Amino acid sequence: MSVPDTPRYEDGNALAGPLREIFAVDVTAAVSQCATCRLAGPVATLRVYRHAPGMVARCPGCDEVVLRLVRTPDAAWLDLRGAINLRIPLPEG
Amino acid sequence: MLEVPGWPGHLPGQHLDVRLTAEDGYRTARSYSLAAPTDGARVELTVQRLPDGEVSPYLTGVLAVGDPVELRGPVGGWFVWRPTDSGPVLLVAGGAGIVPLMAMVRARRTAGIGTPFRLIYSVRTPDEVYYADELRRPPTGDAGLDITFVYTRVAPDGWPRPPGRLDVADFDSGGWPAESDPSCFVCGPTGFVETAAHILVALGHDPHRIRTERFGPSGG
Repeated sequence: MSVPDTPRYEDGNALAGPLREIFAVDVTAAVSQCATCRLAGPVATLRVYRHAPGMVARCPGCDEVVLRLVRTPDAAWLDLRGAINLRIPLPEG
Repeated sequence: MLEVPGWPGHLPGQHLDVRLTAEDGYRTARSYSLAAPTDGARVELTVQRLPDGEVSPYLTGVLAVGDPVELRGPVGGWFVWRPTDSGPVLLVAGGAGIVPLMAMVRARRTAGIGTPFRLIYSVRTPDEVYYADELRRPPTGDAGLDITFVYTRVAPDGWPRPPGRLDVADFDSGGWPAESDPSCFVCGPTGFVETAAHILVALGHDPHRIRTERFGPSGG
């Protein structure tokens, strides 16, 4: 079983706090679909790299960028072009 | 232990972010898993001190009783176990990865339910076991929780398993067969989580039933 040496990423659970600052619901339990390879899975399972400016979340299937989040003092920049969609579970209403 | 007025309560596995602001305006934040089930305004964190970390030396050394801290939480809605969830549960912890899983163990105890739990806890040496008393001499409410310790560097005298990394045999003896369709929660350093998740999938567990939480390199 091969495991990469000292992987430099966390998982999408680390996005929970920063995204909660923007959205009214938890987005890490939402399912995102990768625009590159079409893999769909919870945002919590994306691979998050923090050593870029901001946070960069990559697809665990193809390693392409799905989401970027940069927080400046007065704004948050959220780049979702790597995701076809987000399916956000909501309570039945 | 923090008193957070207006804390809305949390689910086992959720975490909170602690934000520190330096006098020059520099800000940094870290996520910490909540170690205990929800209990009014009381919030318990377990912080591993990293000597060259930015936040943990402050929280463990400088912060005094009565000092305010800036928090955001509870956050996270995926790596959570709800006491109303049915079906067996497998918890796999590497080192400090026990913290959110301990919140699940304690929530099960608090709820007084018999959901079958198995915990495989990998740790380097017996001295590094978190919550050692609680895990080695479980309270009566923990009946139905089976715990397997895996020591990777040093094992206690007479321990039947030689020290070594977590492997398939540990899951055969301490886990659930895939046919039981357990909910699996794996938490630890990234490499540990990758290995454990690979083993579970190789043993036939449904990847959708495996939830993982990794610690990254940017802790502290």
